[in-house]
Amino acid sequence: MDRFEWIDFSLQPGESNVISQSGVALYDGPDKTSFNDGLMVLTTHRLIWKDTLNRSRVLAVSLSLVVRIEEQPSGFAKSAKIEVHLQKANSGKAPGPVASSQHDYVRLSFRNSGEVEFYRYFMEQLRERRWEKTVPPADPVSGGGARNRPGIMGIERSIQHKQRDMDMNISQSFKDLRMLMEKAKEMVQLSKTISTKIREKQGDITEDETVKFKSYLLSMGIADPVTRETHGSGDKYFTELARQLAAVLEKPLQECGGIMTLSDVYCRVNRARGMELLSPEDLLNACEMFEFLKLPVRLKTFDSGVMVLQLLSHSEEEVVRQTQALLKDKESLTAEELAQQLGLSVILAKERLLLTEKMSKACRDETVEGLRFYPNYFVTK
Amino acid sequence: MHRRGAGIAAIKNKNLAQARYKDKGTEIAEGQVAQMAKQMETFKVHLENFASQHKEEIRKNSEFRVQFQEMCASIGVDPLASSKGFWAEMLGVGDFYYELGVQIVEVCLATGHRNGGLIGIEELRDRVVKSRGKKSQDISIDDLLRAIKKLKVLGNGFSVISCGRSYMVQSVPGELSMDHTSVIQQAQNSAYVTVSQIKKNLNWETERIHRALDYLVKEGLVWTDKQSSETQYWFPSLFAGAMNAS
Repeated sequence: MDRFEWIDFSLQPGESNVISQSGVALYDGPDKTSFNDGLMVLTTHRLIWKDTLNRSRVLAVSLSLVVRIEEQPSGFAKSAKIEVHLQKANSGKAPGPVASSQHDYVRLSFRNSGEVEFYRYFMEQLRERRWEKTVPPADPVSGGGARNRPGIMGIERSIQHKQRDMDMNISQSFKDLRMLMEKAKEMVQLSKTISTKIREKQGDITEDETVKFKSYLLSMGIADPVTRETHGSGDKYFTELARQLAAVLEKPLQECGGIMTLSDVYCRVNRARGMELLSPEDLLNACEMFEFLKLPVRLKTFDSGVMVLQLLSHSEEEVVRQTQALLKDKESLTAEELAQQLGLSVILAKERLLLTEKMSKACRDETVEGLRFYPNYFVTK
Repeated sequence: MHRRGAGIAAIKNKNLAQARYKDKGTEIAEGQVAQMAKQMETFKVHLENFASQHKEEIRKNSEFRVQFQEMCASIGVDPLASSKGFWAEMLGVGDFYYELGVQIVEVCLATGHRNGGLIGIEELRDRVVKSRGKKSQDISIDDLLRAIKKLKVLGNGFSVISCGRSYMVQSVPGELSMDHTSVIQQAQNSAYVTVSQIKKNLNWETERIHRALDYLVKEGLVWTDKQSSETQYWFPSLFAGAMNAS
């Protein structure tokens, strides 16, 4: 409470009103105070309290002193509150209602409610930190010309300063989970800045290929994974999951040549889901829905028991058409030649040729030199 | 005041000063990179801690979960860090083995371009442990085998091959392997390959070479010729090309 100052209500240059709420009481830490009915005003720079009855009783605290805020939901016969944690004020502070207080926080009690909106705007202001952006009153001549053009020392000092701030910021934010949640946006930004800077200088964040790969997989996050909690446990869960899987997997499948083993899928999907782990059984169940839901991805089981997901565009007609065109081009192909042409494994290439033959678009020539396929001239000529 | 033109000495001085500025600049930049690396390390430690301590809370808050994942992605931290716990140990239930499964497949995928999808279980363990981060508890071979067993429902794409006292893990099934194609490429000019030739050119392990060649033999794609000191594997399909080449 000792951080508050008496003020006459006028906005500073660059300051503007954000939101106000009537019927707000101030608490010094857990204790009630005489400031029990007023208008709470949030500006871009300050938190201001105006007494409803005595208009000249106006208190303010600068937002730069706010460390963090916390919501406290209303309870039985208890209004909702916002707890505002404050740091020590500068020594040059104007006099306030209380000379010293043992509490490092005040509570705003919202008797006429409105706390949810207020909290939201409050958080927004704390994130934007607009009070920092206004030009500070120019330091009257003290630095002189030298201030305008800092030397190397100055640059080094400012770099050091920035880094110290960053270190502080990181260790502060990771103090506890709530702090991190509040500062999450900033920290995400910072983590990205750091990793891009390091990438610029060293080429990559690490030598370890697994970590690199992990980082790549994680970055394809699913924002809102389907879970049992959100979609129940029955068919609905699996159909929704199947839809999401198909959407997420389409691109990686294309990159892999249209085919991926189910264990690869398991890894990729779970990485994208982050902490919402999917069990192998659930994954399989969802994949079995693809055909029923007419999604562009299909589950296929090879004779050997290997299960893969395939893109539908990788489907038979497309494969046959492609193979037929290649046969025409090259006049004849073996499985090995096709494998090299397409960068596939020999076994898959052989399957393609056999499929094309089955659709009567190719003819085989089986000799001691192996199996060779020709375009089906019986039909075309 | 009249400004004098610069003399040779002045130009020299200027050049010297510029060189010094440049040195200083590099020095500062290097210092900054070192600092960044340090910050990244701090970040990593913190994220690992949070992932293992606050898993449930992070999961509950969807907005934050996305942000947490973004941080993990840019720093390269594994967000999955459940410890084994009593039930996992006794019954094999819980997220621990599922997580391990994800991490195992990930290691196999990341190293696949080097080993063709075949990895020794010791190497696999080292890599998994390393990628789980410093906070992780020790992972035994048995844990790995259990986790792989859980992946069995996903088909035969992922299998454990017992060889001697140790195990190999195969993550790319025969149907999809690129190894055969590489072998054929080796035989392109002469229409045949030998084990030592592949070893020399592709730097594969003997185990991997035999696996690829055996499969091709089984599929009838190569013929063996045991007349010379080392077995030659011939590709009938490449005879014509080889004739033309020679």
